[in-house]
Amino acid sequence: MRRRLLSADDITGTIRRLSAAVAERNQGVENLVLIGIQRRGVPLAQRIASELSRAGRQAVSVGSIDITLYRDDLQLVAETPLVRGSNISFDINGKTVVLVDDVIFTGRTVRAALTELLDFGRPRMVQLLVLVDRGHRELPIQPDFVGRVVKTRRNDLVDIYLREVDGRDEVILARKG
Amino acid sequence: MAELKHLLGIAELTRSEILAILEQARRFREVLDRPIPIVPALRGKTIVNLFFEPSTRTITSFTLAATRLSAQCLNFSAAASSTKKGESLLDTVENIEAMRVDGVVVRHSAAGVAHFLARRVNCFVVNAGDGCHEHPTQALLDSFTLLERLGSYSREAKGLPYSRAGLESLDGKRVLIIGDIAHSRVARSNIICLNKLGAQVAVCGPPTLVPAEVEKLGCEVFYRLEKILYQVDVIHMLRLQAERMGSGLIPSLREYRQFYGLTRERLAQLKPEVVIIHPGPVNWGVEMDYDVREMPQSLIMNQVKNGVAVRMAVLYLLAAGRGQVNWEMTNEE
Repeated sequence: MRRRLLSADDITGTIRRLSAAVAERNQGVENLVLIGIQRRGVPLAQRIASELSRAGRQAVSVGSIDITLYRDDLQLVAETPLVRGSNISFDINGKTVVLVDDVIFTGRTVRAALTELLDFGRPRMVQLLVLVDRGHRELPIQPDFVGRVVKTRRNDLVDIYLREVDGRDEVILARKG
Repeated sequence: MAELKHLLGIAELTRSEILAILEQARRFREVLDRPIPIVPALRGKTIVNLFFEPSTRTITSFTLAATRLSAQCLNFSAAASSTKKGESLLDTVENIEAMRVDGVVVRHSAAGVAHFLARRVNCFVVNAGDGCHEHPTQALLDSFTLLERLGSYSREAKGLPYSRAGLESLDGKRVLIIGDIAHSRVARSNIICLNKLGAQVAVCGPPTLVPAEVEKLGCEVFYRLEKILYQVDVIHMLRLQAERMGSGLIPSLREYRQFYGLTRERLAQLKPEVVIIHPGPVNWGVEMDYDVREMPQSLIMNQVKNGVAVRMAVLYLLAAGRGQVNWEMTNEE
C-alpha cells in the first residue's frame, strides 16, 4: 500500500511555515546558519535558507553534513558505504545552527550529526528541523520544528522525493501487505 | 565488483574502482581541514605497519591516516624485531595476526610479499611497496594530486557537494616519468594507474635503468630527455635509488644529472603550466636542482598532504565493512 502524505503544494507550504517558525523562534536570522544532513536534508536546508533570506532581507549560510563516518552501525553494515562528504565553509562557533533533515525516525542519524557538528566548533545553540516525524525514537532526541507528524509502523517506509534529487516533490508512506 | 579485501597493486583495480577511491580521498581531504581532523569511523580497529625497509613519509602517512580514522596503529620495525633472530616472515605476520589485528600495511624488499601474505592471513593487507614491483598508494596519491591540479576536481560546481559529474580522468594528459625506471615500484604502479586513467605515459632514463619491454606496460621509451621534456603536461621525477642499484649502471652522479636531471637550465625552459611531482625523498642536485622547491609548478608538498587523505580512503574502504564496498552512491536509509 502506498499513501501520499504530502503533495508538492503541501511541501511548499510546509517549508514556508517552518521557515516562519524558525525566524520567529530566533527573532530573525541574525547569527543563524542552516546545515542539511546528506542527502535530502541539503536541498531542504537550501529552500528554507532562501525563504529566510527573502523574509529577513539577509543572506543565510547553508552547509551540509555527511554522517557516514559517525554512524553507530558502521561496524555492522554488510557493505561499506561511500562518503558523500560534508561542506561547512563557515565558522559555526557562537552561531545558532539549525540542523535540517527530511525524516526523523530512530534519532540515530541526528545523534551522529550532533557529534560531528561539535567537531567543527561550538555553536551557541543547535535546533532540529524535520519535514516528517515518523516516530519510533531509539534515543532521547526531539525536533524543534516539525512539518508533519505521521503515525507509522516500524517497518513502514517513508519515501521523500525532492525535485533537486528526484525530479519531483512528494512524500509517500509505503506499507507492506 | 563489490569486493575489496586487500590493496595489493594497481594492476588488480579497475578504472572505476580507482576513481571511486580517489573520490573518497577527496572527502577525507576535507576532514583533514577541519578544526578537529579526526572521525570515529574505525574506532576499535587495529592496524599494524610492518616495515621491513626504511621509510619516513609512507609510514608516517599510514600512521596518521589510521589515527585520523580513530583506529589504533602500531609500528613494527624489522630492525628491532625477531626477524633479526631468524623468524620467518609468515611466522611474524601470523603471530601479529593472532593478537587480533584487523589489517597489516606491509613494505618489503622482495616483490610479491603482500600477495603472499594476503593468501595466508585473514586480516586485510595493504602493499606499501614490495621490491621493484608495486607501491599502489603512491600511484593513487600521485594521480589524486594530478587530478586536483589538472583534472576536473578543480572545476567542480560549488553547492553540489555530492555531485560526481565533475569527476573524469586524466584523459589525454601527457606524463613523463624520468630516471631509474628499472628499480622503481613507483614508476611501475604509476604507469599502470595512469594508463587506466587515460593518460599518455612516456619514460626516459639511461638505457641501463630502463627495463627491456617496459613499453608493454603502456608507455613510450625515450633515452634523450630533450626529445620529450618540453612536450609534456606532467614531469614525474624518480629518486635515483642507490640502495637498489648495482655498480656500473651509471658513469657518475654528475653525468646522470647532466643528461637526466631537472637542472636550473632545463627548469628555465619549462612551460608555466607544466607540473612536477616526485615521490620523495629527493636527492637534491642529482635528479633535481634545489630551485624546484620554490617553483609554483612543483606539487611535491601537495603529494605529501594528499597521501594522508588517500590512505584514509584506502583504510576506510578496507576496514570499515567486511571486505565489501557499496560502490554505488546509494547509502539511503
